[in-house]
Amino acid sequence: MNTEASAQQLSYIENQASDARVNIELETEGMTLNLGPQHPATHGTLRIIVRLDGEQVVSAEPVMGYMHRGYEKLTEVRTYPQVTTLVNRIDWLGSFANEVPFILAAERLMEVEAPARAQWIRTALFELSRIANVVLFLGDMAVQLGATTPVFYAFRDREFVLNQIESVTGGRFHPNFDRIGGVKDDLPKGWIQETKDVLVRINSFCEEMEDLVVGNEIFQTRTRGIGIIPADTGLAYGLSGANIRSSGVDWDLRRDGGVGLIHDQLDWKVWTHPDGDSFARYWVRLQEVRESCKMVGQILDGIPSGPIMAKVPRIIKVPPGEAYVETENPLGIMGYYIISKGDLVPYRVKIRSASFNNVSITPWVLKGVYVPDVISILASLYFILGDIDR
Amino acid sequence: MTVFNLAIELAYWQQTVIRSILGLVAVLLPAGTLVYLYLFKMMSFMQSRLGPMEAGPYGSLQLLAEVGKFLQKEDLFPRAADRVVFKAAPFVVLASTFLLVLVLPAGPDAWFINIDTGVFLALAVSSISVIGILMAGWGSASKYSLIGGLRAAGQLVAYELPLVLAVMGVVIQAGTLNVQEIVLAQANGEIFGWGGIGNPFLITQFLGFVIFLIAIQAELTQPPFDMPVAESEIVTGYLTEYTGMRFLLFFIGEFATAGIFSALAATFFLGGWYLPGLDPTSNLFNLIGPLVLVGKMLLVSFLIFWFRFTYPRFREDQLQQLAWKVLVPLSLVNIVATGVLKVAF
Repeated sequence: MNTEASAQQLSYIENQASDARVNIELETEGMTLNLGPQHPATHGTLRIIVRLDGEQVVSAEPVMGYMHRGYEKLTEVRTYPQVTTLVNRIDWLGSFANEVPFILAAERLMEVEAPARAQWIRTALFELSRIANVVLFLGDMAVQLGATTPVFYAFRDREFVLNQIESVTGGRFHPNFDRIGGVKDDLPKGWIQETKDVLVRINSFCEEMEDLVVGNEIFQTRTRGIGIIPADTGLAYGLSGANIRSSGVDWDLRRDGGVGLIHDQLDWKVWTHPDGDSFARYWVRLQEVRESCKMVGQILDGIPSGPIMAKVPRIIKVPPGEAYVETENPLGIMGYYIISKGDLVPYRVKIRSASFNNVSITPWVLKGVYVPDVISILASLYFILGDIDR
Repeated sequence: MTVFNLAIELAYWQQTVIRSILGLVAVLLPAGTLVYLYLFKMMSFMQSRLGPMEAGPYGSLQLLAEVGKFLQKEDLFPRAADRVVFKAAPFVVLASTFLLVLVLPAGPDAWFINIDTGVFLALAVSSISVIGILMAGWGSASKYSLIGGLRAAGQLVAYELPLVLAVMGVVIQAGTLNVQEIVLAQANGEIFGWGGIGNPFLITQFLGFVIFLIAIQAELTQPPFDMPVAESEIVTGYLTEYTGMRFLLFFIGEFATAGIFSALAATFFLGGWYLPGLDPTSNLFNLIGPLVLVGKMLLVSFLIFWFRFTYPRFREDQLQQLAWKVLVPLSLVNIVATGVLKVAF
């Protein structure tokens, strides 16, 4: 080694050392904060290990699995009609929507199609459970940001939607109403008019939230420009539903997927927002509730008469084969991959639930934000714990 | 001077006993009233529910039930807590509340202390609570408490300044630091030669009143300034590890301070114990003065609690920006304008 090279090397080492000294002098001691598993913000048992520098997040890591209930395994020992009882507990706020993709996948394997009236009833309940789910988000997001009042309005008005679901299915939270080849019962008498009244209430609730939350300046300063997810990053992490639509991706399976439900016969609009921040996610969901109300209103007006069950055998044996069906659920895309060997029970069921992917972006999106924004971003991503862990 | 201008002469120790009891009443009564009236009932009606209904008529005995519940709870300490600091913290916070109530006059002769630097004393003792909150945050040996305590300290120090500066306008206009004389200046004042309702400084110092309200909202760490106790992120901040009696003390401290700050706002800006149309020197005010003051206090605290139940919370840096970039310059402008107008007229 010649002298010049070694002198260069020495000066390089010296520079490095002085940089390191400065870094050590300016370094503050980090702190690891466990948000969860028991924490008021996560309304369930999600644990997020946050490494903090002061109030700034250096790294965040979600730890899932505290609520794993083993539904994929349990479905292997249940007959097909019994599975709906299990899976509507995955996203417990919009539970009817969980049954639909499973039933659609099973119907595809059996090559039966539900009659028109059953499909319309299915779609109506699908959208009602979306309303029941997202209305609660609209209040909950505000309560995570410290405003206590909107969540009570949300609970108050969600109750009417749940009443309507109950009067059709008999269950407020776990309807277990969808059947292979149709639905269990027909609509009760007077239900259509009652539901129309409820839709008016939900619309006025949306107006209220527009005033109370969206129009609030503090809410806007807390959410605008916070937790921005660009469209390509969101797609790379597998976000779906309102989370990806609020990043400007015009993608809704109700319009684009088109299996089994009758959304293509209705007049509605897919809302997107170019910003991709927390505010956009709230705003898009607010518009989606309104669109759902519009859809349910059209269904109530145009529901055809006819049978509600197709001809299916009393003991359901699904022919061998594989099927994957996904639908646009309240939280995002939910899909069931069913493998059948021709038995009474599925051979294997893989559940693709939306929240698992929606939460997996947290290490990326939480990097560098402040602790208060951790909560607002998590709230705006909107996950249900059962939907993460299954 | 006696507490009331009665015919009987009281010994010094008798006066002291009476004043101590009345001071206790002046702290606990507003706290209880505010909790029942606003926290239990008004909040519930705003949120389309009824609030407590079972304990007593319309839930009016709910307060007793709550206090009874807290008293029965075990006095718990976190294992790693600094016990002395942890134990002392609620008392430091409550001490600031008790010292604060002393400067409030409730009638021409009904006062606890009547000193020429009353405003100065009030603003000075109100910042003692910062020490208590820092003690609670540090002594709890919990990360949530520590973050909450530091947030609270930063916030309270930041909002102390607009609080003081907002009152300066009143002091300039009244020409005195004596709280009693500020009330009298409003009672004897005139609006363009018309003395019908005196001259409540609310009219001339409206900007100061708004800044004062915002600042006391922040001093009380209530929404939208409740970042130190933000329950959705740091559980309840410096209160996280407290239970039972000590939590109750913090709770009383918070609501009593809310009442007393409201009463201070009423005294500085709404004319205090004075009711228009009566002679401010009349002995009658020693009796109805406290009632008038409580009425005005409820009016001001209604505003405070209304904001509390409506708004989401600011982020820590946003509320610092609000204090330093908006409230402090505005209150300085207010002081300059008041000074110029005072000299001009």
